Amino acid sequence: MKTAEEHWLYVISSKKKLLDLNFKEIWNYRDLLFLFVKRDIITLYKQTVLGPLWYLIQPLFTSLIFTLIFNNLADIPTGEGVPNFLFNLAGITSWNYFKDCLVGTSDTFKKNENIFGKVYFPRVIMPMSVVVSNLLKFGIQLLVFIGFYIYYLYFTGNTFNVMPQLSLLLLPLLIGLMALLGLGFGMIISSMTTKYRDLTFLVQFGVQLLMYGSAVMYPMSYFKDKLPNYYWLIEWNPIAIIIESFRTMVFGVGELDINKLIYTIITSFIIFLIGLIIFNKTEKSFIDTI
Amino acid sequence: MSSEIILKVENIGKQYRLGLVGTGTISHDLNRWWNRIRGKEDPYLKVGEANSRNEKGNSDYVWALKDINFEVRKGEVLGIIGKNGAGKSTLLKILSRVTSPTVGEIKTKGRIASLLEVGTGFHPEMTGRENVYLNGAILGMTKAEIKDKIDEIIEFSGCLRFIDTPVKRYSSGMKVRLAFAVAAFLEPDILVVDEVLAVGDAEFQKKAIGKMQDVSTQSGRTVLFVSHDMAAVQNLCSRTVVIKNGGVNFIGETSDAISNYLSDDNRNSVQFHGRKGSGIVAIEDIEVVSENFGNNIQTGSPVQFIFKLKNRDKVKRKDIRFDFRIDDEKGQRITWLSDFVVSNKQSPDDIINSIVFNVKRFPLNKGIYYITTYLTVDRTVSDWIQNAYSFSVVGGDFYGTGKIPPINQGKTLLEYDVT
Repeated sequence: MKTAEEHWLYVISSKKKLLDLNFKEIWNYRDLLFLFVKRDIITLYKQTVLGPLWYLIQPLFTSLIFTLIFNNLADIPTGEGVPNFLFNLAGITSWNYFKDCLVGTSDTFKKNENIFGKVYFPRVIMPMSVVVSNLLKFGIQLLVFIGFYIYYLYFTGNTFNVMPQLSLLLLPLLIGLMALLGLGFGMIISSMTTKYRDLTFLVQFGVQLLMYGSAVMYPMSYFKDKLPNYYWLIEWNPIAIIIESFRTMVFGVGELDINKLIYTIITSFIIFLIGLIIFNKTEKSFIDTI
Repeated sequence: MSSEIILKVENIGKQYRLGLVGTGTISHDLNRWWNRIRGKEDPYLKVGEANSRNEKGNSDYVWALKDINFEVRKGEVLGIIGKNGAGKSTLLKILSRVTSPTVGEIKTKGRIASLLEVGTGFHPEMTGRENVYLNGAILGMTKAEIKDKIDEIIEFSGCLRFIDTPVKRYSSGMKVRLAFAVAAFLEPDILVVDEVLAVGDAEFQKKAIGKMQDVSTQSGRTVLFVSHDMAAVQNLCSRTVVIKNGGVNFIGETSDAISNYLSDDNRNSVQFHGRKGSGIVAIEDIEVVSENFGNNIQTGSPVQFIFKLKNRDKVKRKDIRFDFRIDDEKGQRITWLSDFVVSNKQSPDDIINSIVFNVKRFPLNKGIYYITTYLTVDRTVSDWIQNAYSFSVVGGDFYGTGKIPPINQGKTLLEYDVT
């Protein structure tokens, strides 16, 4: 009997290891992950007239406005031979994925208080499902981008100096990094908001400010020329690096800085890990504080 | 010692901070952190008082649960009862891993699934079928498992016709049925159930209770059942834990546990709430005693109902009329006893301080019963108390044949013979 006593399936206790993620358990709940993704997708545009068209409208109109304001009005050059609209669309498409991951996961605890308060499942499934369902949205937007890319390249009659690069093979890596960063920051913010609600307000306008600091509507080289004293502000911003790299890959303008990319990879993983640790710590008792 | 221990709760405690989370939390957090990096204990764990709702404490921290210890064997249905705020829900939350304990450990050998509320995660825009999948997955089933059982689930819920309609068009009863149906087909080793049976119509409740019984008896699964419905607890549970002020007050046979819980109840809260009348003659105390069992009333044994009166104005017996009603735990009237319909041995001019009703062989079956008293002086209401007292009855050998009549066949027993 003594030996049988030792075979506990699991122990619920207060002891908090720094990171106690049960990967096997998360794997067991993979069906739940996909059902959440399915739920997000099929319920997002229920009872809307335009439905999934909203996936397209938002980036297209934003790009249009950006082209009008930043390129036509403010005269920001988009690099030799790159159509302004396409330049903006590339920036917005990639920025949107990061932003959606960040915003979508940043209120995980608050939004799911009801479910989390009633039943246990690995909490991390929730933000992961957000990242996956946004991936689908990103995929659609990427297709739109490719459509416009082909249109500009072959059907406008103008000669544009754009060419997809071999480095495009690294695109999945970039997407992965955006997901990691968005998820990491989102988990940190969602954990902190359980106690300090102030952060909700910070997210709202912080994301907006971050967009201006992430080289979405201007090339980094232009910033460097114009405002060399402030370049440090964006030079090491991992999101700016990702967006710039994405444009370099698809347009072939500028250079892919391997060192910066490696730096981004490391930073993304660190932020993701920090997010995971904080999230893990919070999930055990957030229901008492929220 | 027939089966092994599947769940072991050891010294579980849970501390909460009272009042607003907000002011002072940062300073407390910093203080905690400062103590931790110096390797000291959390300074706020030491303070804190036992959980008592009514008393005002000095500390901002309170132990919602403290020193909870019990074990559950495989296949057992364990009841958990206690007053509001005693800590039952906190215990369930810890068991179902919604929140973690402040101190202590729970060790388990099986998967725990909890039904703290049915229909968690139902999305109104999705169809019934889609929601079955989602809800099942939230509760820990895999897609393949749900696929196997989906027909049974839909059949059990009785919502076949609407299964491909969005849930937002369902009536609330249908939603609950569907949700319970999903839960009923869960197959965890340990099932934690909280008050879910209090939903649906009578027919569905019966179905639900039947399903719960099946779960434990046929498939040998362990159930932890929390309820305020003493009859359901008595029907389902073999052993029961009474939680009081955050601690285990009693653990043992269900009927003992229930009478422990109720006897505690009487002295504190149920008694003498919402009484009406002039109060010239008022009930001071109620006691129901059985000769052999003290406060435990057994079917078939002699029982005395003793009502002590406060008679300040020295009202005489002849001016007093007293009767009381016995209701079951669902509030259905079972019987009525009155000094008006039987002869009274007290003399008309006595100034009385008590009235006693003697029942030679108590004819009510196992269960929980409530007494409502009604006392008039000169035909005006003097003291009228709804549910003044409750008592539990344990099943007994009413017919002296060694056989106990089944409770689900009837509440009252008649004296008869068969020729």
